[in-house]
Amino acid sequence: MKNWPLFEIFIRSRNGLDHKHVGSLHASDAQMAIENARDVYSRRLEGVSIWVVESKYITASDPGDKDAMFEPAVDKIYRHPTFYKLPKEVDHM
Amino acid sequence: MKDQEQLLKEFQEKIDREEKIEPKDWMPEEYRKTLIRQISQHAHSEVVGMLPEGNWITRAPNLRRKAILLAKIQDEAGHGLYLYSAAETLGIDRDTLIDELLSGKAKYSSIFNYPALTWADMGAIGWLVDGAAIVNQVALCRTSYGPYARAMVRICKEESFHQRQGYEILLALCRGNAAQKKMAQDSLNRWWWPSLMMFGPSDKNSAHTAHSMNWKIKRFTNDELRQKFVDMTVPQANVLGIKIPDDKLQWNEQRGHYDFGEINWEEFNHVVKGNGPCNRQRLDDRRKAHEEGQWVRDAAMAYAEKRSNKIA
Amino acid sequence: MNEALIKYLLSLGDTSLILGQRLGEWCGHGPVLEQDIAMTNISLDYIGRARLFYQYVCELQNDGQNEDQIAFMREEEDYLNLLLAEYPNKDFAYTIARQFFLDSYFVPLFEKLSSSSDERLSQIAAKSLKESHYHFRWSSEWMVRLGDGTEESNRRIQEAVQHLWEYTGEMFQYASYENDLTQQSLIPAAEILKEAWAFHIQRVFSESRINRPSDGWWQTGGKSGRHTEHLGYILSDMQYMQRVHPGLDW
Repeated sequence: MKNWPLFEIFIRSRNGLDHKHVGSLHASDAQMAIENARDVYSRRLEGVSIWVVESKYITASDPGDKDAMFEPAVDKIYRHPTFYKLPKEVDHM
Repeated sequence: MKDQEQLLKEFQEKIDREEKIEPKDWMPEEYRKTLIRQISQHAHSEVVGMLPEGNWITRAPNLRRKAILLAKIQDEAGHGLYLYSAAETLGIDRDTLIDELLSGKAKYSSIFNYPALTWADMGAIGWLVDGAAIVNQVALCRTSYGPYARAMVRICKEESFHQRQGYEILLALCRGNAAQKKMAQDSLNRWWWPSLMMFGPSDKNSAHTAHSMNWKIKRFTNDELRQKFVDMTVPQANVLGIKIPDDKLQWNEQRGHYDFGEINWEEFNHVVKGNGPCNRQRLDDRRKAHEEGQWVRDAAMAYAEKRSNKIA
Repeated sequence: MNEALIKYLLSLGDTSLILGQRLGEWCGHGPVLEQDIAMTNISLDYIGRARLFYQYVCELQNDGQNEDQIAFMREEEDYLNLLLAEYPNKDFAYTIARQFFLDSYFVPLFEKLSSSSDERLSQIAAKSLKESHYHFRWSSEWMVRLGDGTEESNRRIQEAVQHLWEYTGEMFQYASYENDLTQQSLIPAAEILKEAWAFHIQRVFSESRINRPSDGWWQTGGKSGRHTEHLGYILSDMQYMQRVHPGLDW
């Protein structure tokens, strides 16, 4: 018989925050994965909401592509507010 | 296409810059193997480590202690699980790891091959065994492999209560009557040396230390960590008023550390080889749980497949 | 002092403690790590619940006894738990069936008790209800998985249901103290609970290819202190430390 598949677990620690990846676990289906996640990853009130997704459905970028993927953003500093020098009186803008 | 040598050089530079290695990054095969061995050994230790303490759940002396002990052992199951998950990011699945444990191929910490004979042992295990584990684990929070480091951070956060509850058990005993105090001393006598052995062979005899240090899988040597543990623990024993069973133990002003006696390495080697008092019992228990759980795991999988076929 | 209420609280406390003890036996031996953790969680809920009931008993009795003296220094015949709670774990199927039968009882019971006119009782019930909702979800999902899983799991869960069935009647055969409390309108009538229980059972059985056994003779006596042979062993383990070293702090 096949083994229980692996699920990735994401927990929102409180309302207003993003779900954050906390780890993985095994379960026979998604419903069980949620319940297991409750017992495994929130024994100390760590969460208000849980997402689970079977690990095989996650597509990840290739670390070998890192340069092509992310380097081009490096020199585009005009996307950051600190790029713009404004007079002190209005600098809180 | 980069050649092997170039990749290896970049890998080492990354580690030297204290950058974490993540699952899909290139890594030398030896790094992967070392990690799988170390993480799975660590995971197995958590899971086998549930047994000596689990042995006392039904006999805990009061309800508060029973609840604490249960919560503590449950954490260990959780920690085993975090670690298996970390190992799985290296491309090996949990079932393979468990098979390696049950066949005797993979190791776990030998400390759990010693029996938990009295209630005081719940104290000694928390104080000494978890104490030694924490020394190890705090160091591992900065290990170079990302998923392992993250699991360790989580584990350390949760484990801080384990050592305290153990010490509290012994504190109650040492403040109790003669029988309780005797129980505490006896458990320290039995658990002290095995706890020191938890840090592994001495640096001069350790097969894996050099490589692991270079790759920052390990951040301190076995002997450094062992010394740290001794220095930390001696004053705690004094507060309890029980005596560490080592005549050579004394403060060395010059070194700024405690000197301590030689570990019985012959015993260590025998227990590692499988001749400890409980090696067979522990593995039998794990094997039984795994085999008797097979039909349960199969049933859940069969049900999930039926249901997804129905939806599809 | 309300003697009937004290006995009732002891009965609920004892069922919780004994079941918590049984579930605790699984710790380290579960079929898969994730479910090991689930069972420990439920065990912890039950032990916590037992403590709340015992603490309330101590307040009512006001004779200097504490929760541990109640748990560890009473004799077998003073225990008032349901027989079902002391039934051995045997295998995962028996554990699930036992749990499911009890959860299906506790959910409607605590729903009703959470509006009891006894304020303390209603508070404990409200807290326990949240836990029991979760336990019920866990055990009923497993009933369905095992019932509709493989041939082997179906056979095992069917056998467990068949064997444990004769212990389920005790929940609805009220002891004299329970009848007193019903008269005082502090607890719900047995018929109301039985109806809600039967509804849960029927729904889950029908989803899971499990046949409902026919009602026959019920094994009873736990709630008045007459137990199965199993309880003596549970207590010898549980009370060992307090019996050998009575009256100490741990």
